[in-house]
Amino acid sequence: MMYKAFLLKYGEIGVKGKNRHLFEDALVRSVERALEGADGDFKVTKESGRIYASAENEFDYDDAVCRLKKVFGLVWICPVFQIEDNGYDDLSKNVIEFFDKEYKDKSFTFKVDARRARKNYPLNSMQINEELGHDLLEAYPELSVDVHNPDVLLSVEIRNVINIYSKAIKGPGGMPVGTAGSAMLLLSGGIDSPVAGYMVSKRGVKLCAAYFHAPPYTSERAKQKVADLARIVSQYSGALKLYVIDFTEIQLEIYKNCPHDEMTIIMRRFMMRIAQSLAKKEGCTGLITGESIGQVASQTMQGLLCTNAVCELPVYRPLIAFDKQDIVEKAMEIGTYETSIQPYEDCCTIFVAKHPVTKPRLDAIERHEKRLEGIVEPMVDKAIETAELIVI
Amino acid sequence: MKEIYMDNAATTRPLDAVTDTVCEMMRTAYGNPSSKHMKGVEAEKVLKESSKTIASLMKVQEKEIFFTSGATEGNNTAIIGAARRRIRSGTHIITTKLEHPSVREPFLLLEKEGFKVTYLDPDEKGLISASQLKSVLTEETTLVSIMYVHNETGAIQPVEELGSVIKEYNKDIYFHVDAVQAFGKLKVLPGKIKADMVTASAHKFHGPKGVGFLYIKDGTKCEPLLCGGGQQKGFRSGTENVPGIAGMSKALEQVYEDSFEEKISKMSEIRKCFIDGLMSIEDVKVFCQDLKTAAPHIVCAAFKGIKSEVLLHQLESDGVYVSSGSACSSNKPGLSFSLAAMGATGEELDSIIRFSFSFETDKQDTDRVLELLKKHVPFLRQFVRR
Repeated sequence: MMYKAFLLKYGEIGVKGKNRHLFEDALVRSVERALEGADGDFKVTKESGRIYASAENEFDYDDAVCRLKKVFGLVWICPVFQIEDNGYDDLSKNVIEFFDKEYKDKSFTFKVDARRARKNYPLNSMQINEELGHDLLEAYPELSVDVHNPDVLLSVEIRNVINIYSKAIKGPGGMPVGTAGSAMLLLSGGIDSPVAGYMVSKRGVKLCAAYFHAPPYTSERAKQKVADLARIVSQYSGALKLYVIDFTEIQLEIYKNCPHDEMTIIMRRFMMRIAQSLAKKEGCTGLITGESIGQVASQTMQGLLCTNAVCELPVYRPLIAFDKQDIVEKAMEIGTYETSIQPYEDCCTIFVAKHPVTKPRLDAIERHEKRLEGIVEPMVDKAIETAELIVI
Repeated sequence: MKEIYMDNAATTRPLDAVTDTVCEMMRTAYGNPSSKHMKGVEAEKVLKESSKTIASLMKVQEKEIFFTSGATEGNNTAIIGAARRRIRSGTHIITTKLEHPSVREPFLLLEKEGFKVTYLDPDEKGLISASQLKSVLTEETTLVSIMYVHNETGAIQPVEELGSVIKEYNKDIYFHVDAVQAFGKLKVLPGKIKADMVTASAHKFHGPKGVGFLYIKDGTKCEPLLCGGGQQKGFRSGTENVPGIAGMSKALEQVYEDSFEEKISKMSEIRKCFIDGLMSIEDVKVFCQDLKTAAPHIVCAAFKGIKSEVLLHQLESDGVYVSSGSACSSNKPGLSFSLAAMGATGEELDSIIRFSFSFETDKQDTDRVLELLKKHVPFLRQFVRR
């Protein structure tokens, strides 16, 4: 393996003023966490505005790249070839070799971009650029130089060691997890909610999740599927707490006492209330849902108004204006889709009216919900108290 | 909470003697039966002993027993292997609409290859009639495959009568019987039912998973599906699963030991009481009730107005394990070709629960399940989609 390290470049967090080091430290921790289970040991360091992950021994390159591509905050991942400083001739020889290994076909344009962090190097940056450019052209006559718009930008950094790199793999961008507080994700087994969690987490938000389980209408496998989805999301967001709330009792009371066409809306209002209580308990400052305008009967603007009315915490709905197909594509990209579409029987459809109301009125919903007064409160308290906690 | 396992048609718990045998064989008889040294000879001896036990229980010859990985391989080999081998004698083959996917799918494959397939319809009791079979046999027919005991309803096909019809018409037409659900509940005697090929799977009769056998009558022409090292007289390549095979033969031996008839009559009695109990619950339909034409270990019932999965999970929370339709197709709710073929309505198909017993099931267990059903069924019926 030619590469010994990764140079990790970040974007936005570079401009966060005095908080900058907090963001950088969070990013270092995220990188460390991502590489923890990797095949190979890495040392992650912060050095004058850059983050390096250096391999301490042999490692699986593809696996490491795959892990780094899941670290929010990283914009570019550059695999780096490192050599000791044994004088310019040795550097030149190595660069020529590097080019040969990296590019079989050499009919392209390039530019050398040298930098010295160590100013005692005998050549200055401009001189290194010129010399290396010259040596490369001599070694590979099919190359040509283009200083304005090169196909390949070869970076050479003179530090304690010398870093040579010319490739940059796109990272996910966003902000390091944990820099923006935390929020409670309402996670179902569907396609949307894992994507919603991913998107908010990408802005640096740490996640907690709540899943509403309704045995015997939903099975152990359905619960397992949600845990699997949480695990996939956690590859990006870091460890998360998943609360599994037994919702059956409440659901049955709604069924018995409230109009059927309003059942889904009322159910969702209770889910929001319970999720909010758990959120407060966990110190979360927001809720996250996978709702999207008009996707299903309960997600019309009127429906959203009714469910939103029980929330004091802000509800983040990153998919609100997404088409289903776009959500599906995102789910495929982040790797949750395959799990989301597993066909475990979900008999909760029993609690979905054949003709649900699409333009619910808040006053009517509130009036009908009053029928549950004195019955449902202890059930809600119990659901919160007995929620099963799975640490993922 | 006591667990009540009532899903024995899906799989059974291996007997302790079976587990012991498998472990012992893994520790001691670990040689490759094809090796020339002592360890190989020892392992080969285990295989021979196992064939001998199985063959004597079925009153057939040792050389007619071939070890497989289970029901799917056995059924595939028998059907595809025989049909292709005899393509010059004819291209008409016959099966029923009741079959397990491991029979149905090979027929669909052969149909794509150009074979003409006749699918027999069952009557409302789930049975195939001899007269219907007789009417579809032709000069071109080379193979008939009919299951012995139905995996969802327990219906027992009159295989002896069907076998006679085939052989009277033309003794060269092969008769394959998928007896996977029959072993351990009925005595399976290929000679009596005039079968040329019979499939068995060990885990359905308290043996280990991943092992089974195929009886092939001496002289039957059938080509192998697997190419390789030529084990088992070239018919089934691949190193034999020695511990699994030893465990299978142990299981079969134990199941059919002296008190077999007693065990079966106890099971039949339990089944009868259980069905009576079910019938006392409102709006329950029990398929294939008649013990004369149904296996003693399966009770298949539709609970009107309740989705099978809901009742299944409700019972699960009380430690009772049952199935919704055939376990192999329960990932596709509502799909039961066989029950639909027997005339079950769509609503019934959505509400079917299969209870299946073993020798370990006793009346206390079935009484407890009846008690739970009497509590849950009316409760769950309050909640239907509106």
